[in-house]
Amino acid sequence: MIMSIKVRYFASLKDRVGRAEDTLDSSKLSTVRSVWCAANPDETLPDNILAAVNMDYVELDSPVKEGDEVAFFPPVTGG
Amino acid sequence: MLIKICPDGFDPWQEIHTYQQSALSTLAGKIGATSVFVGTMRDFNEGDQVKGMTLEHYPGMTEKQLAKIIADAQAQWQLLDTLIVHRVGAILPDEAIVLVVVWSAHRGEAFDASRYIMEALKSKAPFWKKELLDSDQERWVSKNTDGYTTC
Repeated sequence: MIMSIKVRYFASLKDRVGRAEDTLDSSKLSTVRSVWCAANPDETLPDNILAAVNMDYVELDSPVKEGDEVAFFPPVTGG
Repeated sequence: MLIKICPDGFDPWQEIHTYQQSALSTLAGKIGATSVFVGTMRDFNEGDQVKGMTLEHYPGMTEKQLAKIIADAQAQWQLLDTLIVHRVGAILPDEAIVLVVVWSAHRGEAFDASRYIMEALKSKAPFWKKELLDSDQERWVSKNTDGYTTC
């Protein structure tokens, strides 16, 4: 089944991939990691990257579903 | 409880005064402790002079995570109210970056919850700093420190 997922990138990772977001329509999306691979086939997922689904932190092996917003970003540095 | 993300400069003392006047009037006589933390921008970091900074955030997730942090604090300590204000966008040295205020009946809860909220914000709230050095080089801050001076 084809799944539509919005992908967002922030801060230094946004600079690295060269864009702020993607919209994926694919039948190969099952986990957060698979979303990264589909959106960035030539770029290895950096080690320290954090991920969120629908604005909650998740592990890279967490599942995704139709309509999810998946975000990837470096360690946070606010405050 | 109030969480505020400010794209413009803010005066932390005015924020506290305004919030106390508007939201805390029903707590008259109940507050025994107010703990205030203000984080401001330094003009140095990692041995370099810094003349400016840009703070990026993830609208929606930032507020959601800050609300969770406050809920976690409320589950651990008896708090009367909490205020978080955080700056985003372009910022200059000496300007306020973050304000955390906790009101409680006794000082223990105010001190402990304030420290907890600030440390959790540092590790969980999606904000990112990009520094502008005196040399005009820009660099992303890669991680937060433990918050103590290092020699």
